[in-house]
Amino acid sequence: MARPFTPKIVTANALLEGDVIYLSPQDTWVRDLCDAALFSQQDQAEERLAFASKDGFVVGAYLVDAVAGENGPEPVHFREDFRRTGPSNHNHGKQAEL
Amino acid sequence: MYTYNDFDEAFVRERVAQFSGQVARRIDGSLTEEEFRPLRLMNGLYLQLHAYMLRVAIPYGTINPDQMDQLALIAEKFDKGYGHFTTRQNIQYNWPKLPDVPAILEALADVGMHAIQTSGNTIRNVTADHFAGAAADEAYDPRPVAELIRQWSTDHPEFQFLPRKFKVAVTGASHDRAVVRAHDIGVVLKEQNGVKGAEVIVGGGLGRTPMVGKTLNEFVPFADLLPYIEATVSVWNLLGRRDNKYKARIKITVHEHGIDDIRARVEERFTQIKPTFGGIDMEMLAQIEQHFVAPIFANKPVDAYTRAYENDPVFRAWADTNLAAHKNEDYSIVTISLKKPGATPGDASADQMRSMAQLARDYGHDELRISHEQNVILPHVHKSNLPALHAVLKGNDLATANAGLISDIIACPGMDYCALATARSIPVAQGIATRFDELKLEHEIGQLKIKISGCINACGHHHVGHIGILGLDRAGVENYQITLGGDGTETTVIGDRTGPGFAYDEIIPAIERLVHAYLNARLDAEETFLQAYRRLGMAPFKEALYPPKEEKANAA
Amino acid sequence: MSVIVQDGGFIADDFIGEWLDLTSDTDPATLKQYAGSAAIRIDFPAFSDGRGFTLAKILRLSGFTGRLRANGHVIADQYAMARRSGFDEVSISDELATRQPQEQWLARADWQAHDYQARVRRPATAS
Ligand code: SF4
Repeated sequence: MARPFTPKIVTANALLEGDVIYLSPQDTWVRDLCDAALFSQQDQAEERLAFASKDGFVVGAYLVDAVAGENGPEPVHFREDFRRTGPSNHNHGKQAEL
Repeated sequence: MYTYNDFDEAFVRERVAQFSGQVARRIDGSLTEEEFRPLRLMNGLYLQLHAYMLRVAIPYGTINPDQMDQLALIAEKFDKGYGHFTTRQNIQYNWPKLPDVPAILEALADVGMHAIQTSGNTIRNVTADHFAGAAADEAYDPRPVAELIRQWSTDHPEFQFLPRKFKVAVTGASHDRAVVRAHDIGVVLKEQNGVKGAEVIVGGGLGRTPMVGKTLNEFVPFADLLPYIEATVSVWNLLGRRDNKYKARIKITVHEHGIDDIRARVEERFTQIKPTFGGIDMEMLAQIEQHFVAPIFANKPVDAYTRAYENDPVFRAWADTNLAAHKNEDYSIVTISLKKPGATPGDASADQMRSMAQLARDYGHDELRISHEQNVILPHVHKSNLPALHAVLKGNDLATANAGLISDIIACPGMDYCALATARSIPVAQGIATRFDELKLEHEIGQLKIKISGCINACGHHHVGHIGILGLDRAGVENYQITLGGDGTETTVIGDRTGPGFAYDEIIPAIERLVHAYLNARLDAEETFLQAYRRLGMAPFKEALYPPKEEKANAA
Repeated sequence: MSVIVQDGGFIADDFIGEWLDLTSDTDPATLKQYAGSAAIRIDFPAFSDGRGFTLAKILRLSGFTGRLRANGHVIADQYAMARRSGFDEVSISDELATRQPQEQWLARADWQAHDYQARVRRPATAS
């Protein structure tokens, strides 16, 4: 039996700032994971990734596992948890902008 | 110190102009990201987890106060007020923005610096003994040869798209502080029948398949050195594997073909290449050597030092750990620790950089070094100036007396910054240093090198740490593997794995158990951790790391 | 169709004759036999495959003096590398020529300037 599909978000880094970005339901790029679009169908996720990868102003778009939380998508893996916050040794990155 | 001539100056300016153009062409679509990526990498620009990262070359770790001041200025103007010194004697800025990078490179060019070939599948920034020109055990200063190799390798037309990165390290001392046997090419300077030359070692490297380098040629005279190295890279450029990036490094090529086969190929290529060198390189080397003549050492009493050493226990503790023997006995080599317990190993604030630059002007004959152990070195300080220097260091949070001790930890950026990481390394280093500082055991423990990497690429040199820690991702959780008995000196040894790894919250207690096992088992305070491990083997340490199940149950 | 790039910019292919085509994985030990050829084309399957530069260099060292062309995915930023390694010219696709027009290649036509290699290889001054 095929394993159930884990919902995905599309993420990348912005070409100019290098900042972590996410594809929103409106097909724009947003800086907060909670504003990202969560895709529960594999076809749909792959299709949005293909669309997002064509944007010349983003770098390295990829799909990543996420789950629906109270305030929007939540990361499954600790790497994405760091990406949405920032480094643990300095209060820099997204955590400093809140 | 080497200063740029007109050619070097014009070259880096041209290169900045080229890169500015490449950034513009990436933005206007002339270059795809795929095409731009290697171009930005060969100019030191990575895209990391949270932002771009610019890696600036500090060739063979040597830098002057004006350059250090400029690094501070860049940290403030274009970054977040600090820089991170790396295990490859470079400095990294963690937060530059792409459109600012040309201006940063311009600011570097203003002081004779660049970020060329600090990344990418190129010949990387050449590293060398950080005590070069000062160490008591040095026979030959490695910096002139390293500078010659820098010039030869810079923008080498054949070697900008190699199978993988290629690292060269040079040493001229009996004690190897440059880890030359863990480099693609290690160059050990020596003399034979009155002719200066070098032993060339090939195929060392850490990473997924750690290997100790093998001697490719016992003695290559200086006149043949550049063509010989070129022949080696040329052979590997065609022979190295391009189908699997984990098998692309020259250590694998040497392993798969055997050192004798590689040597035969290199010799043959060398005979083809040698005639293309007209001989000016030896004149250039002689000129470069003029840039590295020793400073004029002061001849004055060292009473101030003796007095401070006898009367000030804080100074004495620092002097005992952070000074090394200089070839002039009235002088010392000072290690400024960037490892204050709880701080990020290798990070320095702009203010700290400026105060170190000023110390080099006031007391250090205008020279600083960056060590691969992520500390800053003042290579030439007259002993009479040490108390005053120490006072300034204290005022700038730079007087930690721990060089070579358990809290002087090498840690790569790990998953706090690095896109390739599988786990964090910085907080592990912070945790260990803080814990042993609380225990007040550090000086009791003595010489102990802990090295931490956040993934198999081993930038933190964990394989050659007396205790090595490798952060992995085990089913979505950070997990840390321990190796013991590694050694990165002239007696290079790859450490042995102890067994299963430890979770993030278990790794610091595990290190503590290991260290207690050593303290219990050592013959006396003279026997270092590494010596004890060599005498006793893995067993007592393994027992401490993995206590039998019942005990655990009882303790709970 | 393809576009030929030389120091003067884009030109139409003016070569009449037979090319000897070499792939980027050619064994360097076999190159000597081609030293007398009139024209050789070395393939660049991807711009990140730098073997062609070393092959060109070895061909020249083996005595090949004919026309040498880098053929395939070579980007404008590599033009100086190609020339310095011994190529006479580069042949690129129309798509690449559109994306990286002539002026981007001409910007690298001064490949003899700022060349560390040429510098470290000069003859020793007579002493
Ligand atoms: S060892 Fe891995 S995690 Fe650490 S800096 Fe190198 S690539 Fe990044």
